[in-house]
Amino acid sequence: MSNSNNEWPLWEVFVQTKSGMPHKHCGSVHAPDKEMALQNARDTYTRRNEGTNIWVVPAAAITASSPEDIGPFFDPSNDKAYRHPTFYTIPEGVKYI
Amino acid sequence: MEDTVKQEDHFNEKLEKGDFIEPKDWMPEKYRKTLIRQISQHAHSEVVGMLPEGNWITRAPNLRRKAILLAKVQDEGGHGLYLYSAAETLGISREELLDQLHTGKAKYSSIFNYPTVTWADIGAIGWLVDGAAIMNQVMLQRTSFGPYSRAMIRICKEESFHQRQGYEIMVALSKGSAEQKQMAQDALNRWWWPTLMMFGPPDAISSNSADSIKWKIKRETNDELRQKFVDRTIAQVEYLGLTVPDPKLKWNEARGHYDFGEIDWAEFNSVVKGNGPCNRERLKARVGAHKNGEWVRDAATAYAKKQAAKAAGSLVA
Ligand SMILES: [Fe+2]
Ligand SMILES: [Fe+2]
Repeated sequence: MSNSNNEWPLWEVFVQTKSGMPHKHCGSVHAPDKEMALQNARDTYTRRNEGTNIWVVPAAAITASSPEDIGPFFDPSNDKAYRHPTFYTIPEGVKYI
Repeated sequence: MEDTVKQEDHFNEKLEKGDFIEPKDWMPEKYRKTLIRQISQHAHSEVVGMLPEGNWITRAPNLRRKAILLAKVQDEGGHGLYLYSAAETLGISREELLDQLHTGKAKYSSIFNYPTVTWADIGAIGWLVDGAAIMNQVMLQRTSFGPYSRAMIRICKEESFHQRQGYEIMVALSKGSAEQKQMAQDALNRWWWPTLMMFGPPDAISSNSADSIKWKIKRETNDELRQKFVDRTIAQVEYLGLTVPDPKLKWNEARGHYDFGEIDWAEFNSVVKGNGPCNRERLKARVGAHKNGEWVRDAATAYAKKQAAKAAGSLVA
């Protein structure tokens, strides 16, 4: 990534659309500090009342799993069907379970 | 070598399944390059697109129209930012992107190199230019690159008011005095052909089309989108009691589509090459805006540094 030193750092923006909802990633902004990152995020991603709360996170602080490892990384959960309710047989006639 | 083949197979399988490609996924270099070019051109178009309309903000006929136009132009700025942010996920910096625009290395939609000489042009732009852009953008909501697709979904939600406010202006003018109606007709005459050119060169000679379709960056060709636009727009023209400046326009019963006249591709190419009526003016305004903002960026950077130093100081103490 070519990033010369006078470019403002990149912040990833997460917006909560309604109270009680999770924050969802919606893009990024450049800003010199966290206050301006919040203001830029507000002006860029919530011009129509789309948000009740915003998180801004320095992009450099995010660690992501790597797409090449998708198999081995997630396979510990592949063979554990018993973690799902449909794995179990409940006798016919038994209710509310 | 074998690894690359395997990766490419995996990439193609994903496209086949209709999966999205995300920034950290392996992708062919040409796919990456094509996307950087397309997304950045798109971003630049949103940004330069603010200029012709910005020309009328101070002269809008009333406060309602002024507030609407201001909000629309602001949206376009936002669209540019969503798209720059999507392009950056492919490994190009914002500075490089802006540099490419300001040095004239990158292109933007040539439609914005035409002047806005009357208020009716603001109506025609919203109705036709945003209308054509929407047709393209609706398709791009299903583009194969995740960040581009997500930016498009967000943009499409905001676009429909742009087209409606433009058509509303055209309705008002075409129901107004004879002079106002003439003004609307004149704007339609000037914007009609450049709008049809927005969809790009015909499929037969479009150099980027085949790859874009193969990689599912685009799902419909230039000619398909252009035809769809004409088919949907003519009834709107008729409602206004206006006519498009094309004597060859005619409903073709057998095809189930409108036939229309030959587009002047020589004009298109000349505008793309920089010889449109406003190319120089647009670039100058854009570069000027960036330069005039420099002291603001510098001040914000200096303030952030000072605050960071203060915070570090108080931690030490
Ligand atoms: Fe836009
Ligand atoms: Fe728009």
